Amino acid sequence: MKRADDFQERRKHLADLSEEQLEAKFWELAEKLVDPIVDLGYKNTSPSIERSVLLRMGFSSVEAKSIVDNAIDRGLIGKGAGQIVYKLADKKGISIREAGLLLVEGDSWDEVKPLFEGGAK
Amino acid sequence: MELKPNEKLNIKELLKDIENYRPKRRGWHWREGVGEKRQIGKFEYYDTSENLKQSQPLPASKYFENIDPQPQPVITTEIASGRFEDDIRRMRMAAWHGADHLMVIRTAGQSHFESLIEGTPQGVGGIPISRKQVRAQRKALDLIEEEVGRPINYHSYVSGVAGPEIAVMFAEEGVNGAHQDPQYNVLYRNINMIRSFVDAAEAKKVMTWADIAQIDGAHNANATAREAWKVMPELMVQHAINSIFSVKVGMKKGNICLSTVPPTAPPAPSMRLDLPYAVALRDLFKEYRMRAQQNTKYMESSAREATVTHVLNLLISQLTSADIQSTITPDEGRNVPWHIYNIEATDTAKQVFNGLDGLMSMVQLKRNDSELGDMVRELKERAILFMEEMLEIGGYFKAVQEGFFVDSGYYPERNGDGIVRKIDGGVGEGTVYERDQDYMAPVTAHFGYNNVAQYGEEYVENPSKLIGGSTLEDPDKIIFIDELDESDNVNVRLEEVKDLIGTTKLKPEMEWLGDGIILLTMFLPTDVRTAEFAALEIAKKMNLHDCEVIHKEIMQEAEGTRIELKGKVDFSIDTSELVIPPKPEEMSDDQIREDIEEKPMRVVAATVGEDEHSVGIREIIDIKHGGIEKYGIECHILGTSVSVEKLVDAAIEINADAILTSTIISHDDIHYKNMKKLHQYAIERGVRDKMIFIAGGTQVSNEMAVANGMDAGFGRGTKGSHVATFLVKKRREMANED
Repeated sequence: MKRADDFQERRKHLADLSEEQLEAKFWELAEKLVDPIVDLGYKNTSPSIERSVLLRMGFSSVEAKSIVDNAIDRGLIGKGAGQIVYKLADKKGISIREAGLLLVEGDSWDEVKPLFEGGAK
Repeated sequence: MELKPNEKLNIKELLKDIENYRPKRRGWHWREGVGEKRQIGKFEYYDTSENLKQSQPLPASKYFENIDPQPQPVITTEIASGRFEDDIRRMRMAAWHGADHLMVIRTAGQSHFESLIEGTPQGVGGIPISRKQVRAQRKALDLIEEEVGRPINYHSYVSGVAGPEIAVMFAEEGVNGAHQDPQYNVLYRNINMIRSFVDAAEAKKVMTWADIAQIDGAHNANATAREAWKVMPELMVQHAINSIFSVKVGMKKGNICLSTVPPTAPPAPSMRLDLPYAVALRDLFKEYRMRAQQNTKYMESSAREATVTHVLNLLISQLTSADIQSTITPDEGRNVPWHIYNIEATDTAKQVFNGLDGLMSMVQLKRNDSELGDMVRELKERAILFMEEMLEIGGYFKAVQEGFFVDSGYYPERNGDGIVRKIDGGVGEGTVYERDQDYMAPVTAHFGYNNVAQYGEEYVENPSKLIGGSTLEDPDKIIFIDELDESDNVNVRLEEVKDLIGTTKLKPEMEWLGDGIILLTMFLPTDVRTAEFAALEIAKKMNLHDCEVIHKEIMQEAEGTRIELKGKVDFSIDTSELVIPPKPEEMSDDQIREDIEEKPMRVVAATVGEDEHSVGIREIIDIKHGGIEKYGIECHILGTSVSVEKLVDAAIEINADAILTSTIISHDDIHYKNMKKLHQYAIERGVRDKMIFIAGGTQVSNEMAVANGMDAGFGRGTKGSHVATFLVKKRREMANED
């Protein structure tokens, strides 16, 4: 889109604002722009976020990537990769680290799906 | 491990036991003692921070009792050689010159890498940011900050499609500052905008937990737009979006730094354009911090031109404000920055701020009823209009899709050349997933919906209690990967240069140990194109290889060209085989003065024989050149081409303590013959033991002068202080003999 500089025309509604009012308006508009984006961040997750959760739970980057890729393939990422590991550990009575490594090795994914069935959705 | 000023930092030692290293501290550090007046040496400073324990002062500081005043802003230098082990040595040098924000540039391509990079592979234009490299550099800085006596901020990038993981790794490893701006990913790395913002929320939350200072990416619009000064309204919008987004995620305003660059450079009337922008920005963002960056957009290969632009940028910082003063190396327009230019850039900032100290106690910006005031107002209004239109068309994502950003028109003018990104396009498109109602993440510093309550209300405030603490509470849970690539790692690289480590072998270096790079400057009396190719031929004849002309500047189309050329030498030298003459003795100015005050001294001086070159002797004697007159020594210059007889007779007549002769002409050893003649005539007159005889000249060596009857000879590079030191010591020696 091309447009000539129509600043003088556009600014008319701002002309009478004091410096303070102008600055307040600036921040009010900025907030309006980001509010929906913050909400998007609140409700969604991503592979990187889930990997970062697993790092914090004591997994290496290589292990975290494997678990998250598997969770996405199995449609379970909406539960949270960390929760998958947590539930498996809880069910099998093993440590978080042991449960995660079972998932890295690929052995225990069949046990994971039932853990989320029947619960809250 | 402890550093000693006269010992090199041992990289192998540093890497020992790195898998168990924990950073000393977390969080950003601002300089201390800012805002108070401070007596340093002979001066009272208005705008400094606490002095360093050990540092390398500016060259001219020797005239000012070697003071090294530290300006108020944190000073940044960006390091990007691609080898972290060599960067560490550069960091130490920069810290000694006064940098306390060491920013490590990432290797090209890391932003599209879906995971952390591990090990120590070599990078291009930066290093691959991996845990091992970050840990090693933080460990080194933990030592270096002890050495210089001021905490050092370590900084890199939290961006790309692995932002949240990198943020976690930075939090774990004690990184203190990071670039984080989802708009940067979108506009310049073509990462999907939804993914970029969703990731950013998590990354910012983690950075908040670790008290990491954030720098945004708005300045890149300057560097990208065709006419950089026209994107000023948009820049303020970009700053606002990232700032308020960060606040809403939980980051404190005092940790949110705007990366702002004066948009223009001379020959544009840059101050008149850049200053109103700087003022408008600081008005709108008064609760935030300013990271003042220097202009790169108009940088060419002239290091001189770049430095002048940067000095003007520093003047803007002084006239407005800067919490962090970033520096750009003046060779950035030539190549990946070299060691020496990181130091130059750091010194430029320190020097300018030293010189501008207290300026604002004498000058004031004219804000009311002025061109400045009008321009500030206009910029703010243009930024507001920009956001109004963004909202009108449906918000941020729609605006990016419509090419609002980096358009070269001065908004509301638009030229239709902005960067266009699609909501459903870019790297990582379709990789954002809605969190289910029972979504849960049992960790600290997690942003957004987290149904921890399903496991018990007691976990809601502290989800990591579910797993007995995350790595942020219990660093022993961190899994450290050492190396993944057997052929591309630091051990292999160190092995290749082992001859140069801890030995007496020495090679010139600009970026990496043993790179052999040297820089040649030459003037060639020919046109620019011929000069370029002639210079390459000259370098070839000098046995340099990998030669490249990195700067050429026309002096006059026909008369000549300045060329700077880099090339490599493939030999090393052995310092144990060097014949290094002992350093000339030099008493301090005060010691010499005291001695002369107590016991006045008189000397006669001349060039002898048929020699009209009086420059050297004036250099040694004249007070203007720092010669011996400044110590109060009474000097009688008899002139040029004086006979030895006349010289000695004059000395006897005025009862001189010493005779100083100078000879430039050395044909047929005439200079030594004259010394011998002088010596013999002085014996004949019976004064040889009563006076000090000194000979100087570019071709004179001390050994030969003494062999020819003089008490001392002084060659090229001699200063008045060397001669005065000798005179004072020799006189004492003679007095003792009596």
